[in-house]
Amino acid sequence: MNVVVCVKQIPDPADPGALDPTTKTLKRDGKLILDESDSYGVEMALQLVTAAGGGEVTLVSMAPNGEVSGLRTALAMGAAKAILVSDDALAGTDALGTAKVLAKAIARVEGADLVLTATESSDGYTGTVPEQIAGLLDLPSVTFAKQIEINGSTLKVQRQTEDGFDDVECPMPALVSVTAGVVEPRYPSFKGIMAAKSKPVDTLTVADLGLEGQVGWAGAGQQIVAIEEAPARESGEVIEDDGTAFEKIVAFLDNLKVL
Amino acid sequence: MALSKIWVLAEASDGKVATTTLEILTKVRELAGTVEAIYAGGDADAVAAQLGEYGASKVYTTGDLAGALPGVPVANAIAALVEGGNAPDAIIAATSYVGRDIAGRLSAKLDRTVITNNVDLEVDGDKLVTTEPVFGGSTNVKTTFTAAGPHLVLVRPKSFAAESAGGAAAAVETIAVPDSGKSGGAVITNRHVEEREGPSLDEAAIVVSGGRGLGEATSFVMVEDLAKLLAAAPGASRAIVDAGWVPYSYQVGQTGKVVKPTVYIAAGISGATQHMVGMKGSKNIIAINKDAEAPIFSVSDLGIVGDVHKILPQLIEALKAR
Repeated sequence: MNVVVCVKQIPDPADPGALDPTTKTLKRDGKLILDESDSYGVEMALQLVTAAGGGEVTLVSMAPNGEVSGLRTALAMGAAKAILVSDDALAGTDALGTAKVLAKAIARVEGADLVLTATESSDGYTGTVPEQIAGLLDLPSVTFAKQIEINGSTLKVQRQTEDGFDDVECPMPALVSVTAGVVEPRYPSFKGIMAAKSKPVDTLTVADLGLEGQVGWAGAGQQIVAIEEAPARESGEVIEDDGTAFEKIVAFLDNLKVL
Repeated sequence: MALSKIWVLAEASDGKVATTTLEILTKVRELAGTVEAIYAGGDADAVAAQLGEYGASKVYTTGDLAGALPGVPVANAIAALVEGGNAPDAIIAATSYVGRDIAGRLSAKLDRTVITNNVDLEVDGDKLVTTEPVFGGSTNVKTTFTAAGPHLVLVRPKSFAAESAGGAAAAVETIAVPDSGKSGGAVITNRHVEEREGPSLDEAAIVVSGGRGLGEATSFVMVEDLAKLLAAAPGASRAIVDAGWVPYSYQVGQTGKVVKPTVYIAAGISGATQHMVGMKGSKNIIAINKDAEAPIFSVSDLGIVGDVHKILPQLIEALKAR
């Protein structure tokens, strides 16, 4: 059982984001960390490989400046190796371009039975990349998975829906996007952190993938034309609870005639 | 100037068109001369009247998909229609489970980018311009397409008000669903509906959401109790969804649902940008948080600096006593 997990390395969500005034894209030039959304896919992959009694987890990522900090975190959790696509020519790549890069990188992993992704990244959150990758690789897919079981060459997935979940069966190889919170990502052990330093990270360029001209600014099918401040919402009274603040809430609701 | 033709991906359940579909139809009928719908389901005749009433002159239907997840077969059917020379200027779907799956597949199939999470649409000359909120809704980014159409757009629910155009029922035309081969292998074998009392997050006039400030998963019952008393829907911040306290379907925010209720009560939620973008549009916001510096107080109409473990039980008792 070999699983590929797509992971994104993003600016620390605790830091305020900013747009580059020239390129109008999200600034991603500082240190990047593993997107927490991806830690669930990594954990699920490790559990599936263990349950299958063999195989390995390969990470695939696209990031600027040869960034590997987030990959090292996932390698420390237990992934065996990683492919990083990093190239100045990737600046300005849109969601479809990102999917092209990741799909080409995934195709280089031999014998992959399953590709796992998050449902969306925490910074760009287009939420379309998993299905775009599956489309480009001509793989069947199940999105919004909350549980995955393997039965021979068939996946049995519980897929989140608006009002519950669906049982979905899907032949492998396949791509599955995993919702957050469905497994508890392990903390890397000291041994894992040490081992991760020597695990292989294969760094590729756009040319290595044969995607020249199809990604980056040249390949993007969209252009930001304006950035505007949204109208700010006025805030109202803020009070310290002295044991009777609940009465204020009741009065507020009463006043709106919603009780 | 308007666009010539826009297709809207229609969603429905139990023969009733989804509110988000009606919202999008209402908006796009001012942007294009012709508005048509695409619908995957066996009951197109039942939904054609409502789609027509809101502005669609025609509905293309794939018919029943026999349990297949809709992403692949519907994208393939739309692509065949486009490649058959029937291309619209834009194809617009809601940011929903189904909308995202179909738009993603269609994007790869047609080699067209898809612009997501939009809250507004306008036409500038002959170009569609979309608006996407970033940084918790403090900034709006306007984007247009640079490559050839059809242009693919995902619109967040509650971006527009749904208004009837008084149109006649849409004409129903069945379209072919090409064989999806191995990529169409995902099949639904069973559906589980989790009974939730009260209104849904989308429809509720009052939403009560809980966050990390609740301290532990079992405290979410206070949110549910309060919601029940107010005929409200319970919601959650991403932090407690990630922690596994409540399912993903409860999440309000950037990666979850957008809600615009009459009253939004945020209990133990600090107000990360991720959360704010999903609830800032509420008419009235009540926030309870023990940290006086929490960003949630910058958008609240009534802010209470205090402990949710004290205030929620008091509030619940007071409401029960009425």
